[in-house]
Formats: sequence, C-alpha cells, structure tokens
Amino acid sequence: MIGHHLRGVSLAAITCAVLGLSACATTGQGTEETAAKPSKDKTLAAGLDPATTLNPYPSTYQPLPRENFAVIGATVLTGTDRKIENGVVVVTDGKIAAVGDASTPVPAGYRVIEARGRYVTPGVIDVHSHLGVYPSPGVQGMSDGNEATSPNTAQVWAEHSLWPQDPGFNTARAGGVTTLHILPGSANLFGGRGVTIRNTPSITMQGMKFPDAPYTVKMACGENPSRVYGGRNQSPATGMGNMAGYRAAFIAARDYKAKWDKWREDGEGAAPTRNLQNETLVGVLDGSILIQNHCYRADEMAMMIDMAKEFGYRITTFHHATEAYKLAPQLAANGICAAVWTGWWGFKMEALDAIEENAALVDAPQGSCAVIHSDDAELTQRLNQEAAAALSAGRRAGLDISEEHAIGWITSNAAKAIGIADQTGSLEAGKRADVVIWSADPFSIYARADQVFIDGALTFDRTNPAYQPTSDFELGQPGYGLTAANVTEGAR
Amino acid sequence: MRLPHILAGAVAALSLAAPALAQDTVAIVGGRILTGTSVIENGTVVIRDGKIVSVGSGSAPSGARVIDATGKTVAPGFVAVDSGLAGTEVGAVSGTNELRNSANTLSAAFDISYGLDPWSFTLPVARLGGITRAVVVPQHPGSSGGHVHEDETAGAGDGGYQTPGLFAGQTAIINLGQGGDILVKPRVAMVAPFGEAGADIAGGARGAQFVLFKETMAEVRLYARNKSAYERAGLRDLSLSRADLEALIPVANGSMPLIVSVHRASDIQQVLRLAREEGIKLILDGAEEGWLVAGDIAAAGVPVLLNPISNLPADFEMRAARMENAAALNAAGVVIAIKGNEGSTHRAREARYNAGNAVSHGLPYGAAIAALTVNPARIFGMAGQFGQIAPGAAADVVVWSGDPLEPLSQPSAIFIDGVEQPLTSRALLLRDRYRQQTPMPPAYRN
Repeated sequence: MIGHHLRGVSLAAITCAVLGLSACATTGQGTEETAAKPSKDKTLAAGLDPATTLNPYPSTYQPLPRENFAVIGATVLTGTDRKIENGVVVVTDGKIAAVGDASTPVPAGYRVIEARGRYVTPGVIDVHSHLGVYPSPGVQGMSDGNEATSPNTAQVWAEHSLWPQDPGFNTARAGGVTTLHILPGSANLFGGRGVTIRNTPSITMQGMKFPDAPYTVKMACGENPSRVYGGRNQSPATGMGNMAGYRAAFIAARDYKAKWDKWREDGEGAAPTRNLQNETLVGVLDGSILIQNHCYRADEMAMMIDMAKEFGYRITTFHHATEAYKLAPQLAANGICAAVWTGWWGFKMEALDAIEENAALVDAPQGSCAVIHSDDAELTQRLNQEAAAALSAGRRAGLDISEEHAIGWITSNAAKAIGIADQTGSLEAGKRADVVIWSADPFSIYARADQVFIDGALTFDRTNPAYQPTSDFELGQPGYGLTAANVTEGAR
Repeated sequence: MRLPHILAGAVAALSLAAPALAQDTVAIVGGRILTGTSVIENGTVVIRDGKIVSVGSGSAPSGARVIDATGKTVAPGFVAVDSGLAGTEVGAVSGTNELRNSANTLSAAFDISYGLDPWSFTLPVARLGGITRAVVVPQHPGSSGGHVHEDETAGAGDGGYQTPGLFAGQTAIINLGQGGDILVKPRVAMVAPFGEAGADIAGGARGAQFVLFKETMAEVRLYARNKSAYERAGLRDLSLSRADLEALIPVANGSMPLIVSVHRASDIQQVLRLAREEGIKLILDGAEEGWLVAGDIAAAGVPVLLNPISNLPADFEMRAARMENAAALNAAGVVIAIKGNEGSTHRAREARYNAGNAVSHGLPYGAAIAALTVNPARIFGMAGQFGQIAPGAAADVVVWSGDPLEPLSQPSAIFIDGVEQPLTSRALLLRDRYRQQTPMPPAYRN
C-alpha cells in the first residue's frame, strides 16, 4: 500500500493512519496544518484543493457555563469494568479529575453533589442516531436523512441535513445521552458522511459538532440498497450488485487518489478536479474516515471484511449486525465493533435471526467490542434499558456478565466504535466530564437520569425546570407549559 | 422445522421437564403474587383443569405438583393489545402478512381470525416476555403495526398497501399456548383509523371522514331494518357491500366495540361526540394527547389502549405527546391497557418495559400491572375469564425471577390454560446453536 509516491496529502494521511486516528481529518479545528503543502507552489483557488479544505464546517461548540464539582456517595460504574460503592467523582474545568472510593479528596471550593443511593455512569453515547436528519415531526419537508438518488452518495454529509431544533435531542438528553453519532440513512451503498455531536442545544449544527471527532462514512449492505435501486430497475438490484457497487467505488477512489498524488509529486498539468464522493472514500483508504457499516447478516459481514482487505482499509463498526453473534470470534479478531439492538427482530428477512443475546455473545471473545445502539428517537432515550435487556438475556444464557461491564456497551465501547474513546466514554482522569447521575441502578426499568453533565456543565436536571431545555419547535405547541395533572413522581 | 419430533428433540436438548397436562393439579407456593388487582405475599396459587382453583395464603393440596416460587413473583399472563401476533412472520414479507386487507371489495367484514397461525414463531418469543393472550387487530395506514423506521423503509413508500375503506376489519382474541387451537374469540371488535390516517382515506380531510362515517352508520341501520327489501333489490343502492353492512350492524347497535385509532386531543373529543351521537361503544387506541382531555374520556367511560413511551411530536397530531400520559389518564379514572412496541408483534414482549416506564413517570405500580392484565380483559369483554389470578379464570400464570416489569427478570415457568409451556423459541435455538464450539459446522448443532 505504501508505494514510492509518498508525497503531499497521501504522506500526511498515511502518517495519520499510523499514528492513530484522532488527529487526522477531524471535524475540529486546527488540523489543516497536518496536510502538507503541494510539492510545487501551485496554490489552487479556494475550495479546489482537498488538502486545504479538510474541515470547512468547523465546530464552534462551547461547553455551557460550568463549575468544578464532585459527586459523592453514589455507586459509580466507570465504563472501565469498574464498580465503586460509595464512590467519588471529581470534575475540574470540565474534565474528570479523579474517580475513586470514599477516601478520594474533594478540593476546597468544589460544589458537592450528594448522591447516596444513586448511580453515576459516563454519559451515554448513541452511535446510531438520525436525530436532526429525520427529526420530529416526521413530515416530508423535514425528511433529510436519505439522499436516495444514487447508490453512491459518499459526497453528502449528514451534518448538512441536521436540524438542531429536533425535539428528540432534548428527550435523548433526558435519557442520559451526551454524545450522538448522526448518520445518513441506509438506502445507498454509500450513504454519506456521519457526524458526531455533543448533545448540547445550539442554533447551529456547528455549535453541536464534537470538536476533533473523526469523520465517518455510512455504508449499507443487504436488502435496503438492492430494494431501493432494484425497484427502479437500476443497479444494485441484488447482493452481488451491492458488492460490485462498493468495489467500483473504491477502484474509482484509488484512481482519484493516485491522480492527486501524482500531481502533487510532479506538478505537471492542471490539478485534478476535486470530487467530494471520491474524497470521502480516499479518507477511508487513508484511515482518517471511519467505516460505519449497516450490515445485518453474518455472511455479508464476512464479505465486507474481505473487501476491506482487498482495498486496504479497515472497518470500524458494523451496525444493526443482527447476526453478529454468528461471527463473534472473527469480529473480535479483526477489531471490529458490532452495534446492535436487543429487542428488534423479524421486521425483514435480514433481521429474522436477531436474538436478544447478540450483544452478550459478541462481547464474549477476547478483544471484542459490543455496542448497543438505537437507530430510533424513542429507543435512544432508554439505551440503559436496552442494555439491561441484553444483560438479562446474556445471564439467562449462563454468561457471567457484571453491570460494570455491560455499561460499557453504551459508553466506552460506543466511544471506541466512533473513534472518540480517547476523549469520552469512561470516567477516567483527563476525559471529558460527560456524567449521568441516575435515580437508581441504570439497569432497572425505574431508573431515570436525574442530572446530565456534558463537559462538566449541567445540561439537564430532572428536578429543575431551568435545566430542561426545549427546542424552538416545542414553544407554544398544544400542551406547551402544561403538566399532566395528578402525576406523582415515581410512585410505586 | 416444525415437525413434532424435531420440536420434542429441541425441548429435550434444553433439559426441560415434560410439560404438565391441564388436568394435573399444580400449586405454585411461596411467591409474591400479583393477582392483577392486588398483591399477596408468600401466597399459593392452585391450578387444575386449566383454571385457577384458588389463590391465597393456603398450602398446596396433597398430590399437587408443587412449584416453589420463594423469592419470585407470580403474575397473570400479560395480554397484548393492538397486536399482530400469529398474523405475520416477517414484516417485510407480504406473503406472511395476514393483518392487512388490501382489496377494496371488503372493509368492515375483513375477519382476521381466519389467517392466524398457531405455529407462528412470533408466539414463543412473546410468551417468553410473559404474554399469554393477544388481541390481534387488522392493520391500517394509521396503525402502529410494522417496522416504521425511515432507515429501513427508505424508498419503500408506505409498504405498498392501500386501505379499502373507513374500517380496517375485525379483531380476534388468541391465546399463546403451544400447538393448540389458539383462537379464543373471533370478531370481538371493529377497527377504524381516525385523525390524519382516517382523513386520508376519506379524501384528505377530517370533515369528509366524519360525514362519510355518519352516512355509513345510517346505511347500516337502513339495511338492518330492511334486509328483505335489500334482498329483493327493493332498497336504494348502498355504498357498502352486504358483507360489510352485516359486519357493521353490531357496531351500529353498540354491541361490538369500535377501536378508533386517534391521537390529537381535538380528534379525541370529536370521536367521543360522534360515538355518543351514534350510540357506538368506543375504545380509543393511541390517544397520545389524551391527557389534555382526560376528563372527557373518563366521563364518557371510554377505555384507552396506549403506548406510554410515545412522547415525541412524531407528527402534527401528536405534538402534546408526553411520558406522563398513562399516569394522567389513569388518575382521571380512565381504564387503560398498555401496548408493546411496533404493533405488538415481534416486539410485543416489550410491553412489560413500557409498563415499567409508565411507573417511573407516575403510574402506580398496581395500575401498571392491571394495564397488562385485568384491564385488557375487561376492555374486550373477557373480565374474569383471563387476565387475573382469581378462582375460575383461565390458568394463565407466569412465575418470574423478580419484578416482571424489570428487564433483569425472566420467567421461570409459564402456564397457559393450565398447560406448562416450554421456555424455548426459535431465537433460543439459534442462541444455543451458536454458543457451542464443535468441529462440525453450526448446521450440525441442533
């Protein structure tokens, strides 16, 4: 793969791939200098050189006002297989400063949150969301998640469809969700780029964009692309048509990359014309853009793994992956995460063999990465319950799985699945202070998120209306400002 | 796959005891009993001849097979409402779907009971979620049936079925007992979509649907009074077929309830008024904005089938959807039944979680259990026959490892009509096949 023409952007990109993903082609700021200048001084007009436009829609995210604080007395599930009874979590300047038992010192002047009888976990991460791109209300004018006009739309970016006023962001936050990975739909072989966001209210997409999170690309196996395009008497109409479509796209991307590499090396003739579709796939080939692959069946996942080897890239995460349990050792061996549901099955042929034990069986091999995802504006509010159902099924199967391990399916493993594990997903010193205080054990159906912190800032508080944000859409709608009469909290 | 000896082999492989026969006396002792209307600690449930014989603090009768439920919870089997169980296998495979009538020759007369399959693999999966009965309903453009996520329906339109008329057809009650005659009662209720879906059928506006509906009821009454003239072709032309007219007579005279799928508060009020004017016995389905008009619903004595987790303004007729809807309706005195997800077919088993979420949003625990058990029985005219642990009721009993609303709880014994059910399903067979490692491929592991 590494040939003699190591120049320009390809050198930078391959260096990125070798050094790790987080510093490359990110959605954050300050990354443009990692792209090398053309070897000859041939500056292109604005917007025409991919190497200088890696991040044209940069994050403007700022944490909400915050203070230093410590949560004491709670049962802490750290997201690193650790459970601390009567634990202490210290947050300084929006970062986790310390996590430990009751002897952990709390610096003077810190606000102390007494959480005896309650639970603390990392903020929940949903790796498969369409909030903002398929918002509520689900009306035609707002249905912006599937550019179902061509089997390869790697050129579209979900962030350009994202409506920040989707009320679903608020209900997700009330369920403890602090980070969302927003994907295009699965009509196409390549649906476009995904975007990772902080679940903090903002007027703009850029104001939610997770700084320095890697870009991703949605791919889709199986029934959806072949049904959508076959139904139009167009390729792909079959599984083999799907494979031919992916391969043709990667061949085109390799060709595109070679043209740029050559131009950067010899500077002869006109620069290649920038092509957004190929640019995304070149990002896959150089490791800076992470594959998020909607793929249900085990046999199809095995072919996708081979195809990644054929073209020299790696797959980060299979989504839905209803048959991942049939391929658990291979997924672990290839370092691929599987993001799955617990309860969804049978809605189409490729979901027929979905089982509740999927996450638990995927989780079993050494080096595995099991993730529970939602793909749904209702389920995203209760990923802890979906994880509880998966844990319950695993235990029913005789697997010895602890809660402190299973919480990783919606926190640390989820962070790994979208390339942000160095920043969030666990309660470890130095990580972003994305923290949920639960009213009870989060694996109980009765648990609710009491307080949700994002980067150390209180962003939702179940008992304080001042921290219960509403979107512009919600203002003045039927029922606005009213509460259901005679409702008592948590009566049992 | 479904040959009896294969199934028997699978059961043996799971080391299950032979299922109890209905005539055996079974005593479930030591558990926390949720009867559907009350709680009995350390109680005893006695089952014989398919029925509950007794429930209370007594000891097991001599000769009874005793099931120790110490530390466990004993509950009535749950009743799935607004369900598609036994009426479909794979949502996207239309050949397996018996829930939709796509012909325009039949509307109210569509009778779902003929298409229900006792061998459906949806039934054992739901059973492991504690469900022992289901009210199976025809689907229509406004129903919660089917997998509706955009991601999965990309380019597929609305599933490609048209609706034949104002009425989707008639529901049936089934039990989920293995291998038996699952039909408990056909034609227990009529289904009609209102709100946006109903308006679309009528041509796009609510004002058309209500007028058409009233005209239809007038025709049904005219037909019912003049059947002999109709047969002689001595009656003016009617818009519905004879079969549809016949099917609607019990609706028009108030003896068969009409399940109205409706969401918006103002639509609920209009439907309540319509039912009052037409003398129709109503059941509301959905009612996401019901809490805004809870007093009206309660005053009308109309029960509600609802999903307590529907809290998003999914469209313009659900803008006031709230997690507290179930609690508010219950507090106002409305009889509620709690649904599973996505049409209560493949995800029917999640009804218990939905009930738990209603509890965490204010619904009293006992009311949540009732909303899964006695209330649906009451709503569909089966009070006392199933849905509670009470003498004389069908012995639909589930022994749970703990609180049945908790995901971490699982059933350890399930009885339907007094017959113990195997704790297996196609999904568990898949699980066990792939949990093993053998030199031969999985295909050789049964």
